[in-house]
Amino acid sequence: MTYHLQDNLFDEDVAQEPIRSGFGRGLKAAGGDNESIVALCADLTDSTKMGDFAEAYPERFIEIGVAEQNLVTVASGLARAGKIPFTSSYAAFSPGRNWEQIRTTIALNNQPVKVIGSHAGVSVGPDGATHQMLEDIALMRVLPNMVVIAPGDSVEAEKATRAIATNDKPSYMRLAREKTPIFSTDESPFEIGQAYVLKEGSDISLLGTGTMSYQLLVAARLLVERGISAEVIHVPTIKPIDETTIMTSVQKTGRVLTAEEAQAAGGFGSAVAEVLSEKMPVPILRVGMQDRFGESGEPDQLLKEFGLTGEAIAEKAYDFVKKVPRYKKGY
Amino acid sequence: MSGQLTVSQLNEKANKIRQDIIRMLENAGSGHSAGPLGLADVLTALYFNIMNFRASQPEWPERDVFFLSNGHTVPVQYAAMAEAGFFEVDELMTLRKFGSRLQGHPERELLPGLENTSGPLGSGLSQAAGYAYSLQYLDDQKHRFVYCVTGDGELNEGNIWEAAMFAGKYKLSQLVVFVDRNNIQIDGTTEDIMPLEDLRGKWESFGWHVQEIDGHNIESIIDAASMARAITNKPSVVITHTIPGKGVDFMEYDYKWHGAPPNTEQAREALKKLRTLNGKITSGDEA
Ligand SMILES: [Mg+2]
Repeated sequence: MTYHLQDNLFDEDVAQEPIRSGFGRGLKAAGGDNESIVALCADLTDSTKMGDFAEAYPERFIEIGVAEQNLVTVASGLARAGKIPFTSSYAAFSPGRNWEQIRTTIALNNQPVKVIGSHAGVSVGPDGATHQMLEDIALMRVLPNMVVIAPGDSVEAEKATRAIATNDKPSYMRLAREKTPIFSTDESPFEIGQAYVLKEGSDISLLGTGTMSYQLLVAARLLVERGISAEVIHVPTIKPIDETTIMTSVQKTGRVLTAEEAQAAGGFGSAVAEVLSEKMPVPILRVGMQDRFGESGEPDQLLKEFGLTGEAIAEKAYDFVKKVPRYKKGY
Repeated sequence: MSGQLTVSQLNEKANKIRQDIIRMLENAGSGHSAGPLGLADVLTALYFNIMNFRASQPEWPERDVFFLSNGHTVPVQYAAMAEAGFFEVDELMTLRKFGSRLQGHPERELLPGLENTSGPLGSGLSQAAGYAYSLQYLDDQKHRFVYCVTGDGELNEGNIWEAAMFAGKYKLSQLVVFVDRNNIQIDGTTEDIMPLEDLRGKWESFGWHVQEIDGHNIESIIDAASMARAITNKPSVVITHTIPGKGVDFMEYDYKWHGAPPNTEQAREALKKLRTLNGKITSGDEA
């Protein structure tokens, strides 16, 4: 199955939209499909894009105020009453502040509450380190029963929202604030638990999640010019992770680079490393935040500073391929 | 609900539940004694008079629901549920054992009849409020009620006051909360550790209807629930004054029994105290 990509991916005028906007559309659509869906927000309705749902279904929108512990625990109670609650705040606060409540009353209690963490990553920009959530992937993927998704663009976010609306499981979805390029189309597939090969290659597997998948497409294009054939795999579902697609690619390439706009420790790259270290211990390079917090600045400036651009990743991948021999069976 | 029991039958039931608690905890070898014993009358009133439910059909859609917020007191809920017919009384002896449905703190998925998973303090009230919101605003089911028990030490948690604000704002009138006001928590008395008074004033200022009752007078508990159901424009809290360890004189009022179970000798003595109402009557059954 070939993944359907936008045609003008690398043009100056590639369509861009914040990933969170796709969530807003998906939530409204899901709300139209299913009257059990309710939405709860902690005083960030517009910026987390719950406004359209709130306007369309005011009787199913619940304003919680700035109280993230109450946000998710009230949602747990609503789920017990047969509802499918979507909760939204900034990821730094939910799941940042209320992780124990999520652990006990949603994950262990196994209720289909949807925790939506917007404004994740350094691309939040000027607000600075307090609001640039980088640890959410690590926090959420260690919870039993929890599904963890970081959509790659706004079009996919809409599909992912509709998918978690019907998966009957505790789910976390990570969103970004800034506009990012749209690489998928209405025809591109999205299934929970599925990773997608965006571009085939043979020298290295570039695995990305969230905003970084587009940057990997940019990196792969730059690598071609330098004689390196990179395979790009978009992994929107971090948990459960698609071992089959990852293993199939790695068997061919023998090297892996992972990229995420999050702490490299404990996050998506670690999830990939956990799979590969047990099944096929290939050399792996994890691109992400290296044990530090972000800081204020323009989003582009910060992504550049922390090496989270296609150009910077291409550089790292190039050196990695040149210096590190590919994995061969029997190492 | 299991028919109409008289007040004296309800008191006997509470005494039986206290004996169950002592046996469970002694057999488990760990767990909390004071809170469950203190709450026996409240849980008896709830499970044998106040709440509508079908033990044989735990998911009965017309039921009232019960959320335990201070999950460490769950032995009293297990005992009340067993006595009410949710499962065999014998199963109480599996409390805290490997493979048991009766986990040290309640886990909803394991035991039909539980509405929530709790233990870490401060979250059960929000869960109850979420359910009550659904009944009042989403389901239009005005005849069902949500009952919740919280501890008093638990009121140190910020999450509780977030829930209190929420329930006050939305006037969740189908929410009835019993605060187990036993004045103790793990490290000492509540007023030494983190003072709660003016407790009535706190709840009132959050928009709640407040009652204060003797938590060992089953008629008062039933009356308070009835009053709470009649208040249709506010959530209700019943500050339920209880004696920690109630019914076993050597455990009463002593915070050291908050987190400790009786050993074999203490359990035998405690059961004797319960059967004889602390020596006031002669027990016909010393077994
Ligand atoms: Mg107490």
